Amino acid sequence: MDNEQNSTAASISGSDSWLRRFLVRKYDFLEQPLPMKSRLLLIIASLALLTVFVFPLWNMTFFSNQYTDGLALDIYAYRLEGAKTPNRDDLREINSLNHYIGMRPLLESDFSEFVWLPFAVGGLILLALRAVVLGKMSKLVDVFVLFVYFSLYSLWSFYYRLHSYGHNLDPTAAIKVEPFTPPLFGEQIVGNFTVYSYPDVASYAFIIYGALLLAAILWGWHRYKPAVAEA
Amino acid sequence: MKNLLKKPKVLWVVLGAIILASFLIIGSCSRKSALKQDKGGAAEAATLTYVAPGDLDEYYLFYSGGHSGNVYVAGVPSMRHIATIPVFAKYPATGYGFDKETKEMLGEYDWGDVHHPALSETKGDYDGRWLFVNDNGNNRVARIDLRDFKTKQILGPVPNVSGFHGGAFVTPNSEYVLAASRFSIPLPKGTAAPVEEYATKYKGVVSGIAIKPDSGEMSVGWQVLMPPYNYDLGDAGKGPSEGWAFWTSYNTEKAIGKLEVTSTQRERDYIVAVNWKEVEKAVQAGKTQVIDGVPVIDPTQTPGLVYLIPCSKSPHGVDISPDGKWIIGSGKLQSITTAYSVEKMLAAIQAKNFSGEEDGLPILNYDAIKEAEVNVGLGPLHTQFDNQGNAYTSLFVESAVAKWKLGSWEVVDKIPITYNIGHLATAEGDTVEPDGKFLIALNKLSHGTHLNVGPSQPESTQLIGIEGEKMKLLYNAFTEPEPHYAQIIKADKLKPIEVYPKEENKNPNAIWDINDAKAERTADGVTVKTILVRSTITPTAIEVNQGDKVTIHLTNIEQTTDELHGFGLLEYNINVVVDPGETKTIEFVANKPGVYAYYCTNFCSALHQEMQGYLVVKPK
Repeated sequence: MDNEQNSTAASISGSDSWLRRFLVRKYDFLEQPLPMKSRLLLIIASLALLTVFVFPLWNMTFFSNQYTDGLALDIYAYRLEGAKTPNRDDLREINSLNHYIGMRPLLESDFSEFVWLPFAVGGLILLALRAVVLGKMSKLVDVFVLFVYFSLYSLWSFYYRLHSYGHNLDPTAAIKVEPFTPPLFGEQIVGNFTVYSYPDVASYAFIIYGALLLAAILWGWHRYKPAVAEA
Repeated sequence: MKNLLKKPKVLWVVLGAIILASFLIIGSCSRKSALKQDKGGAAEAATLTYVAPGDLDEYYLFYSGGHSGNVYVAGVPSMRHIATIPVFAKYPATGYGFDKETKEMLGEYDWGDVHHPALSETKGDYDGRWLFVNDNGNNRVARIDLRDFKTKQILGPVPNVSGFHGGAFVTPNSEYVLAASRFSIPLPKGTAAPVEEYATKYKGVVSGIAIKPDSGEMSVGWQVLMPPYNYDLGDAGKGPSEGWAFWTSYNTEKAIGKLEVTSTQRERDYIVAVNWKEVEKAVQAGKTQVIDGVPVIDPTQTPGLVYLIPCSKSPHGVDISPDGKWIIGSGKLQSITTAYSVEKMLAAIQAKNFSGEEDGLPILNYDAIKEAEVNVGLGPLHTQFDNQGNAYTSLFVESAVAKWKLGSWEVVDKIPITYNIGHLATAEGDTVEPDGKFLIALNKLSHGTHLNVGPSQPESTQLIGIEGEKMKLLYNAFTEPEPHYAQIIKADKLKPIEVYPKEENKNPNAIWDINDAKAERTADGVTVKTILVRSTITPTAIEVNQGDKVTIHLTNIEQTTDELHGFGLLEYNINVVVDPGETKTIEFVANKPGVYAYYCTNFCSALHQEMQGYLVVKPK
């Protein structure tokens, strides 16, 4: 198998075209078997991603003079949870405050993300493991590209959610505010609240997953000995 | 790059760096610690509020006890609770509501909702004579005499007033206690109309409760028929605005149902400006109709009495500056407070500079009378003043007090409070001569900033020093529900008595000689004249027949301070406390046969425990 591919690559490399050389090498690289270390990294990455099912992805905290300890909202891949103490349920509190400005209550049932996100995460784990079993660089690159797409789409989807919550305000609300987008990342003053919005543990898991996938690819690249001689 | 990546170490370093960097970026942005309240220097605050044993506070604080029906008295700056003045509810601690006189005064009601205490004024300054309080619950108004800190009169339910919220505010020479309806209803009371006919059949009123200058005796003077808005708070004009009364209104939508939504749809509601001196004249000229016994003026028929001033929606407070030049009105859902010029208002009225008419009343042109919009912060409710030309506005939503300057209209300081301030009071802050010095934040929620006392939490009242440029939080006190408003008066303006002088006791049933203390049979029962003095209740035994109407007149013949005596009668649900030199009367029907002890309930002396006697009720 390998010999055959190498010879094909060699025959194409007769040309001087830079692009051609690149494509040939790329093709050649993608067909490489995954080194054991890369496979190990993929297993670790898959394990890391399991934490998404346990820890929140994102955290938003709302501070004001009334809530000096902050109202906290944890966003998981599969649910929404306000901080809960025996004295307060923060999600309830946030919703009852938001109703004054006519914001829709944050309801789990409104978030289709909570259905497709865990499914997609499971998919990412399985695809990484598939690459381990099938052991080919192309499979790994597939997962990585999918992961990048998934991450960007999720971020956009989250941003879109925030935007639509802050822009679809009930026109009959007691307090009329300019439509706004709650912060995706960082600090923002909304009314009498200072809102802090940052990624949480599960997002770190995504970063680790992505980084380990990249590492696995780079390790493969490091070990890759092209059959084609350097020009 | 390619070659570098071929070196495994470099590869790992790069990867490690990527992960580390992402964690560092995120970690460095981790949420800030809670906003810390500026508690000021502890030592400084302690010194400023410490009133050593034996020393006296500088100010009296009278704060409303809301639906407890009481008024509470505390000292400022110590914030110590000194006394409770029962007004609209029984109070066994002083026997209020158990003796004949106070029982009659309370009438059929067991509770009241004390909202806004108002000290009587002379030339716009507190004169220390009376304290008036309104009852939002049962539409009454009461007068407390500050000579003995006792409720002397309860007027009402006032005809046509429903939800006596817009009061009690006094005019600069205590001509009137002003009152307005919070909940418009069909008039006269007793008329029923479906709520769907709210906009047409329901009416609001504002009232002038006349005060007799010498006695303080209150009576319903006049009323002005108003559109069915909800009238909230008011203030009387002074100086250039003397003769005017101002009330905020909400729900000018005249909506019903879920007012939280239905009454907040318009951008503006109104402050109603009522020229009460002109109303007086119109009443004298007979331009009234009588509704439920009260002369009532319809301002749509008699022009020149009532004007509508547009104000940010759902306003709560309207307050007149000490010089009487500015009307300060705040929409509680906005972040601005508007200062209106009285001069411009009068000019606009003169020039008929109206932007329209609503419910038959002219609307003054907002732009023509507005002096400034002050960006005080979120949820401005109520404004008070100091002696330096500053105004202080409570911010409910923001949980803060904003300090700003009259004239330059700039906000110069802000202080957070815990939590959700409603009203505020500064020392003599609603008079023509405020003292400055102290501000008291009357907060709606305490949210566990106190020792845990279970779910029914106290309110929180905070003392803030306002002498310097920056406001300083000095002290947290926890108060009974519910301080809606307060009055702070310099202590030396009050000269209360400590005992009722014997020579002033004109009660025909008072006796001062032990030999006069005895029971007498009357046509329908038994009348007992009783003396209370350390440490005997004379007579020490009373004999009656079952079914007798029993009247007991109790005179405490002590003339020594703090020698109060109680009279508690077992299983007859009676307890009164009689102050030195005072006479009180209790009445009951002795319907239960047997022997019932009575005793002194208010600890008086070494032999207090022996101060007891027996009521013998002989069965039929």
